[in-house]
Amino acid sequence: MPQRFTARALTPVLALIATVSTASAAETDITIGMQLEPPHLDPTSAAAGAIDNVVYSNIFEGLTRFMGDGSVVPGLAKSWDISDDGLSYTFHLQGDVRFHDGSAMDAADVKFSLDRARAEDSTNAQKALFTGIADVAVIDPLTVVLTLEAPNGNLLFNLAWGDAVIVASETIETIKSNPVGTGAFRFVKWVQGDRIDLVRNGDYWGTAPALEGATFKFISDPTAAFAAMMAEDIDAFQTFPAPENLPQFDADPRFKLLIGSTEGETILSTNNKMPPFDNKLVRQALAHAIDRQAIIDGAMFGYGTPIGSHFAPHNPAYIDLTGNSVYDPAKAKALLAEAGFADGFTTTLKLPPPSYARRGGEIIAAQLRAVGINAEISNLEWAQWLEQVFRGKDYGLTIVSHTEPMDIGIYARPEYYFQYDNPAFQDLMTRLTATADPDQRRAMLQEAQTVISTDYVNGYLFQLAATSVAKTGVQGMWLNAPTQAIDLTGISWAD
Amino acid sequence: MRGSYTLILGAAMTLCFAAAALVSFIWVPFDVTLVDIPNKLQRPTGQHWLGTDHFGRDLLSMIMVGARTSIAVALIAVGIGILIGVPLGLLAAARKGSWLDEMIMRANDLIFAFPSLVIAILITAIFGAGAVNAIIAIGIFNIPVFARVTRGGALSLWEREFILSARVAGKSGLLISVEHILPNLANLLIVQGTIQFSLGILAEAGLSYVGLGAQPPLPSWGRMLADAQTMVSFAPHLALVPGGAIILTVLGLNMMGDGLRDRLDPKLRGRPV
Repeated sequence: MPQRFTARALTPVLALIATVSTASAAETDITIGMQLEPPHLDPTSAAAGAIDNVVYSNIFEGLTRFMGDGSVVPGLAKSWDISDDGLSYTFHLQGDVRFHDGSAMDAADVKFSLDRARAEDSTNAQKALFTGIADVAVIDPLTVVLTLEAPNGNLLFNLAWGDAVIVASETIETIKSNPVGTGAFRFVKWVQGDRIDLVRNGDYWGTAPALEGATFKFISDPTAAFAAMMAEDIDAFQTFPAPENLPQFDADPRFKLLIGSTEGETILSTNNKMPPFDNKLVRQALAHAIDRQAIIDGAMFGYGTPIGSHFAPHNPAYIDLTGNSVYDPAKAKALLAEAGFADGFTTTLKLPPPSYARRGGEIIAAQLRAVGINAEISNLEWAQWLEQVFRGKDYGLTIVSHTEPMDIGIYARPEYYFQYDNPAFQDLMTRLTATADPDQRRAMLQEAQTVISTDYVNGYLFQLAATSVAKTGVQGMWLNAPTQAIDLTGISWAD
Repeated sequence: MRGSYTLILGAAMTLCFAAAALVSFIWVPFDVTLVDIPNKLQRPTGQHWLGTDHFGRDLLSMIMVGARTSIAVALIAVGIGILIGVPLGLLAAARKGSWLDEMIMRANDLIFAFPSLVIAILITAIFGAGAVNAIIAIGIFNIPVFARVTRGGALSLWEREFILSARVAGKSGLLISVEHILPNLANLLIVQGTIQFSLGILAEAGLSYVGLGAQPPLPSWGRMLADAQTMVSFAPHLALVPGGAIILTVLGLNMMGDGLRDRLDPKLRGRPV
């Protein structure tokens, strides 16, 4: 083979060139591909997950933080005391923490950040995380006390979110284009449409990261992403957009697959206020008309875990409820007939851009057609989807992955886009928030899963898999995605 | 004769796809809306002659029904162009130099000045994706083509003696246009129609490729190509099949158009080949 011969003949030359040109760059920097570019870089004022991918734990840190396994550990708060009545949390901050501009991070910054997030005019995308906080008081520069209106077993978890990171009042004006945080990496530059560069923060208060620098590269097209990985232009790709290409990476010794679980419950959202979906029998018929495994195999090429309720299988409180909605077209037809739709009906199926939705939608439409339901597909861009479906509630069915962790509480919001209004469930969620005892909480969470599963609120499809690809030498990337993040602090290159 | 050779070959290729589209109305090997995941991504076999796609749907059936979509969209779009463009062209020629002529032709220039596919994308983006809107978008851009061809051909006919005699006989301009000019333009319009038809098939494929043509579950060649994009490296037949169908149809139509022109164009008729 002439090609092989040429390559072998050139090897010494190439090796020499490689040593000269990449001696300083290799093995200490990383380039990570992402599908979506963030709209800006302020995690405290937008829901876009791409923002957290770039900044979470890299640039910004909160009082507590998530680890890759989903546990919540101390962040900028090195410890805390909880009063006996559960109403007052005293946080002891890490000493000698500096923002990237050199100013000290102290209790005043914590108060500023939390007050800003929970303020009346706050633009925080997850304001619900902060409801129930009555007061934030500065005791001394390294001590903050949070007073609650009622005990909240979720507080430490809530404070670990990217929406609750600590920002500085001095640099808040320019946070969207020049984020200044306390993290192990500082922002260098953002080339719009292409990439964001970060460099190691030499003054970091915690353990210094192994990487000296990192680049996030934005590649929205799956074909281009595949080509960039194969050409080794990027070292890793977070949530590779085309699951059909994963076996090829797996077969290639240069790469490895990182298959884990995300917090993304992928569901066939159903407009519970729109006839005929206001009829529980119709929703139950939908549930039995859907073949989950076919959707996982067809749309995700086998990556994904079936779910029977709106709850992540890796959560300790998870119970398997897929048995409530076994694939049974005959039963679905019978239920439709019982509901008065023996001849079926026509509805809309509005699909956002991700492939799980577009492909899953085609499969579901075919499965629904088999029981007489004609679901007319319309493919929407994200902006149109948010406008028509999420805000306008002008839809019958849609498919979307709910990627926020522990978000079963959305079923207690009757104004939420699937418009499920069940006072008993809302009461259950209110009691859950007020409960701190782990065993009681688990029992209540399991009850909540069962209620929405047997009410057939939505069609529960599968838990979105975290399907990342990396070069074999990359170590320490998160396998699971307990929150939207690409945590660089633990990443290193194997020798 | 070279002309008849390209004409026959081109017509044969076109007829193949037209026949496939017609047959699909009464029979296809498999239901194109039938999703059969366990049989996905099969190479061509005795059961599935062209293999199956990523949902296990039969590619041959999809090509047949897709031909229907493509041909229907292109045919109606050409029809829109002829029905509106030809009368406009005849009118402009009959009233040559008048304000009406100026207005019609400048409006045509205006439409011509826009990049057609971009405007088609704009139209479908505003009024929603779908086969009907794709037909309208492609049809609008056929209007100036036919108006110009008609006006040009009609103007030269207006100089001929038999038209002069019709005018002497007292016939009105409109009557002459319909009775004498139009029949003499038929050849020209058939050739132009064939070429526009092939462009229409390409435009439909382009719109479907970006998701603005016929919507699922209705198969369309352009969307089949788009779906195949990420799977080319391990299932090349997914892209080769619809790509080949588009190429062969467009090539066939163009060859047929060329052959027809050689055969029908009076200027070329009787010339040694």
